[in-house]
Amino acid sequence: MFVKQNEIQVIDQGIAAAKKIVLVGNPNVGKSCFFNYMSGMYVDVSNFPGTTVSITKSHYKGNDVYDTPGIYGVASFNDEEKVARDIILSADVIINVVNAVNLDRDLFLTLQLIDMGKPVSVLLNFSDELKKRKIKINVEQLSEQLGVDVIPTAAVDKFGFDRIEEAINNARIGIQLDELTLICKPLMKNSVPQAESILILEGDSSIAERYNSVCGTADDREKIYVARRNRVSEIIDTVEHEDSKKGELFNLFGRLTLNPITSLPILAVMLVLVYLFIGVLISQIVVDFTENTLGRNLFEYNVKGFVGNFTPVEIDVSTSDAKGNSIIQRTFKFPGGLSADPELKDEFHKISKQNGMKSDFQYHNPIVKIFFGEFGIITMTISYLLFLLLPLVIGFYFVMAMLEDSGYLPRLATMLDRSFNRIGLNGRAVIPIMLGFGCITMANITTRLLGTEREKSIVTAILQFVIPCSAQLAVVAALLSGAGPGAMILYISVIGTVLIVLSTALNKMLPGESSPLLIDLPMMGFPRMRNVLKKTVFRSFGFMKEAGVWFFIGALGIGLMEITGLLVVWQNLLAPLTTVWLKLPKEAANAFVMGMVRRDFGAAGLFHMNLSIMQKTVAIITITIFVPCIASFVVMLKERGWKEGLLIWFGTWVTAFLVGGIVAQIVL
Amino acid sequence: MTGVIKVLTLDKAKKGNSLTVTKLPTGEIKSQLIRLGIGEGDLLKCIERLPGGTIVVQKNRQEIAIGFDLAKKIKISLR
Repeated sequence: MFVKQNEIQVIDQGIAAAKKIVLVGNPNVGKSCFFNYMSGMYVDVSNFPGTTVSITKSHYKGNDVYDTPGIYGVASFNDEEKVARDIILSADVIINVVNAVNLDRDLFLTLQLIDMGKPVSVLLNFSDELKKRKIKINVEQLSEQLGVDVIPTAAVDKFGFDRIEEAINNARIGIQLDELTLICKPLMKNSVPQAESILILEGDSSIAERYNSVCGTADDREKIYVARRNRVSEIIDTVEHEDSKKGELFNLFGRLTLNPITSLPILAVMLVLVYLFIGVLISQIVVDFTENTLGRNLFEYNVKGFVGNFTPVEIDVSTSDAKGNSIIQRTFKFPGGLSADPELKDEFHKISKQNGMKSDFQYHNPIVKIFFGEFGIITMTISYLLFLLLPLVIGFYFVMAMLEDSGYLPRLATMLDRSFNRIGLNGRAVIPIMLGFGCITMANITTRLLGTEREKSIVTAILQFVIPCSAQLAVVAALLSGAGPGAMILYISVIGTVLIVLSTALNKMLPGESSPLLIDLPMMGFPRMRNVLKKTVFRSFGFMKEAGVWFFIGALGIGLMEITGLLVVWQNLLAPLTTVWLKLPKEAANAFVMGMVRRDFGAAGLFHMNLSIMQKTVAIITITIFVPCIASFVVMLKERGWKEGLLIWFGTWVTAFLVGGIVAQIVL
Repeated sequence: MTGVIKVLTLDKAKKGNSLTVTKLPTGEIKSQLIRLGIGEGDLLKCIERLPGGTIVVQKNRQEIAIGFDLAKKIKISLR
């Protein structure tokens, strides 16, 4: 969490001219438009030390520009604020973007930044909206009252964007609250900088610790906040005039999304659109192409074939029938590698390149197996990451960005708040849970959004226990589709019961209280595609960077288990549980072992078995609750610590077999 | 008017009510409310009450959703 202040200073002194410019603003003020404008193509996404709220950095006319998460004030009430706070503390110049329509909300942050004694310039964004709503803001007077430059801007037509450089050059220390500068003096004598002094007075204990100072109390903070709020009201009273109450009509659609009568149809339409996009376009059409055509037939086939030139290999070439069973057409044996037998190699290429042919390479050398075999670090992990996960992650982040930028997401959180309350969460938990249907690993990282450790624990547990990720969901849906409505109802009600029991129990058992919903509802509108796409790319890239390595480590672990024979030992250990308790064939144990690697592997294994409808249902119930994939597991350990992570992991084992077994004993 | 002021908590507000915040709960949440512009003495309008009691209020041109449990702790008087 701690910014290495010295390091930053040294760097800054090294290049005397380079200033650290930080964009700060409330959520939904259009800050990203300015960042995109200033950054052009080149942007670094990095995770802030200690947290994974990502920060983006770029360069603008020889200076470094930082974007920060949207905040309502500088404090440490959540991870995003802590990150923003530390970047602000190290800033040379602050460009504060405010929403002209919600000036009274946004000026609190502006005044706080000014109180901190940082050079500030204000961009009054959405100034084009003012005319439409008959609001008048006296910009000169506002600038005079604040003591800093105020520049009207609008994202449409990039109005005022040509004055950004002027804003940077003219940034200056504004007019501060008199009371504050007085009480700050003793602290500042002890060489605590002004910005830090203010935060210490406002009760930020982590900053107080850095300077070994006595921290302000919650009462002190309240007094300062109230004084600042009062000053905002005074400023608003003098600079802003509203001619009509017309503004209310502008957000008609936003109102309808929460109206008891219209909210559900709107939600249904949104869900259908999301389903068509993610469930049909991305998971079926796009992933089918990337996974089979690009991943298996192009990437894996060529890499494995190339490696096979130099090492003994046996290749089964097979086709699959209508039921999805594979039928081996021919087996090629290359005891000296493909190169040693050019004639047979040509024949293999001829047959294997026909339509619908699948080639299964079996290497003899264990080292080659680890890297290029079925679970090879290179072959499986790369094709999993690039050809299955990447399209899904991009798809999900795209939908999240659309929902976020349209203003619907906070309304969705509001709508679901009461239901989430029952399980100790607030509406904001909808974000990680929705992402979980895409990828649990991705969702595990997003739990950082939540207000308290308690909420993070509950959501993490729900994700690992009951939410099937998209890869698994596809196989579950395929298995259930032929099984009729009875199986579907049984599956949903069992998983639903586990969800309710688990979350209610956690809510009762975990100490403390969850944070209540307190969320600003921005105007609804159609998102700007450029921003949505940029956000999608940043986040997808950030996720792959952060989680990618764990997929490699997981693959290495499984590869080692395979060549050392541990995998077979596992399978045999599980077998009695599978046959007696779950009443499934012995081979179903494989599905559980594979399920630890990739969740869809586990479920997919069931395709090839001759199972009755109820046996299938028991199997997929067990597989759904069963442990998360290896990458989610590792990321969960990193996020939630060893103790909690392992507890959840073993908990899924016990629950999966317990619940699966009970269902089996009843229905089979 | 007769000067009868009803003192309630925010969760009791109905859609369309205009109200004045009289007392906020203490602690960090109070600071968060003040920052957002909901302070003691401020005028709000309840623009939606969702089934279950989640409240949406309007302050000037801004709309804010407040969870039921928090709304219960905010004292208001109806105008």
